[in-house]
Amino acid sequence: MTHILLRHRDIPDLDKLAVYEKQGGFKALKKVVTGMRPEAVTQLVMDSGLRGRGGAGFPTGRKWMFVDKNNWPHYVVVNADESEPGTFKDREILESNPLQFLEGVAIAAFAVEAHTAYIYLRGEFWPIAAELDKRIAAMEKAGYLGKRVFGTDYTLKVHTHLGAGAYICGEETALLESLEGKRGQPRIRPPFPPVSGLYGKPTVVNNVETLTNLPPIINNGADWYKSLGTADTVGVKIFCLSGRVRKPGNYELPFGITFRELIYEHGGGIIDGVPIKAIMAAGASSALILADDQTLDTPLDYGSVHRLGAELGSASVIVLDETVRLDWLIDKTMTFFKHESCGKCTPCRDGSFWMKHLTERIRDGNGSAEDVKLLDSVARQMQGKCLCALGEFSTQAVVSSIEKFPGDFGIKRKVSAS
Amino acid sequence: MTLIEKYPQEVKQILARYPQDQKRSAVMPLLYLAQRENGFVHRRDMKDIGAMLDITETDVASLVGFYSLYHDEPAGRLRIQVCTDLSCALRGADDFLAALCESLGVEPGGTTPDGLVTVEPVMCLAACDKAPLFQVQTGAGLEYHERMTIEKTLEWIESRKEAAS
Repeated sequence: MTHILLRHRDIPDLDKLAVYEKQGGFKALKKVVTGMRPEAVTQLVMDSGLRGRGGAGFPTGRKWMFVDKNNWPHYVVVNADESEPGTFKDREILESNPLQFLEGVAIAAFAVEAHTAYIYLRGEFWPIAAELDKRIAAMEKAGYLGKRVFGTDYTLKVHTHLGAGAYICGEETALLESLEGKRGQPRIRPPFPPVSGLYGKPTVVNNVETLTNLPPIINNGADWYKSLGTADTVGVKIFCLSGRVRKPGNYELPFGITFRELIYEHGGGIIDGVPIKAIMAAGASSALILADDQTLDTPLDYGSVHRLGAELGSASVIVLDETVRLDWLIDKTMTFFKHESCGKCTPCRDGSFWMKHLTERIRDGNGSAEDVKLLDSVARQMQGKCLCALGEFSTQAVVSSIEKFPGDFGIKRKVSAS
Repeated sequence: MTLIEKYPQEVKQILARYPQDQKRSAVMPLLYLAQRENGFVHRRDMKDIGAMLDITETDVASLVGFYSLYHDEPAGRLRIQVCTDLSCALRGADDFLAALCESLGVEPGGTTPDGLVTVEPVMCLAACDKAPLFQVQTGAGLEYHERMTIEKTLEWIESRKEAAS
């Protein structure tokens, strides 16, 4: 299939301005800036059914509609803090198809009447930010950004801003705190960013992949986009496939392909042909899904994965085979979440500390059945009590592993009386 | 020498990116600038940045402590950070780190006696399909080395040694 987002895989040198222009680049931005009202752009994106690709899946157009028109200026902030273990899609877009992304940034900014956009990249993307800066300068020179975009009165300045190694900054309010020069710790919500965001001003925070969808949606229309994917979740998605598969990588596919197609057709199956054991569909934040036939034939859209007791999130599919011990796995995820807990709320700060303490003991074979019970209890006590979703995330793999794979924790599976 | 004396152009450019009444936003890029020369942020630079942005030295230090890419003490000139997070670990990253440390004769987090190389594990680097991989933080920036082997890594370290001598 031809790619919509990873178009650089079909067209060489698409990151060069002249090539991108020749391939229809900036046509969508021109159409929007010279011929559409901002509200009409928002309505079109609303009608397309596009939902945020950062993980939460919130309808993009609706988010834009929430922007407070009685408080100015407005900002667009791009979440390019991609840090979820198992997620590496935004990096490929930023490296190889950056102009389509930047065109998307400009379209979003026009739609919400913002004149400044910040691209917040994780610090590790330092070389990517340096390249983006050059492209932003080239786009300004060509009249696509900066003063008088396409000769109109519309002005847009785009800046990059580097984080410095903090997973929590992928949470949008923590990201805004960080951009304001503070420690990246989440804010209490409401108010949500479209009402009070950067510097207390209405702010739209969108993910890189979300924005990269905008130029093709503007060019081809809402109905075209809705014709892709499933009734539950429209459009295409970059699936990040990693773990125990032969061909890990990014696969751009319509929503609705099954786990089986993704893992066995695209990913080439499991390394050494070992049987598959479990799937984490949304990176390290996922609940584990038992990889039986029913799971493998489940279409990948938000609703279907939710019905399996998990979430699709940013579609970072980590594949686990029979060689993977889950007491080892949850110690890995807890190492991550303990390290990345921002320390603001007690359930996450203390909970992740104690969970890591227990997972380490259990992994090393020094845990008792009581330890496993205590671990499960700490995780469940945290659920629903953390300031942001990331505290909640830390409990998902722990609770689901103990529940669905008790054998990995020395517990005999309960046999139901029949 | 203060930061603004040392890098007048860059400080000016950084400050220009943010609204004039929100200059605190410049603290993170300024910390990267302060870290450029020696790979860590010196106390006097924290004070200097604080004065420039009308925030306290403690505010600045709290950011250095919070974000893992800022350092407040010197390490090897090449800070090799191996991703050992879940997806990479499923493809042998833990073994890679252990073997690399053994080859260099250091513990994870340690620095070689010549002060050239520090090796440490880090959290996910968003390149899960290219394990084993590491990033190298130098004063001038940051680079990725993907799909690595111990041999390739040692060769690369040698080449950097030669370049440095």
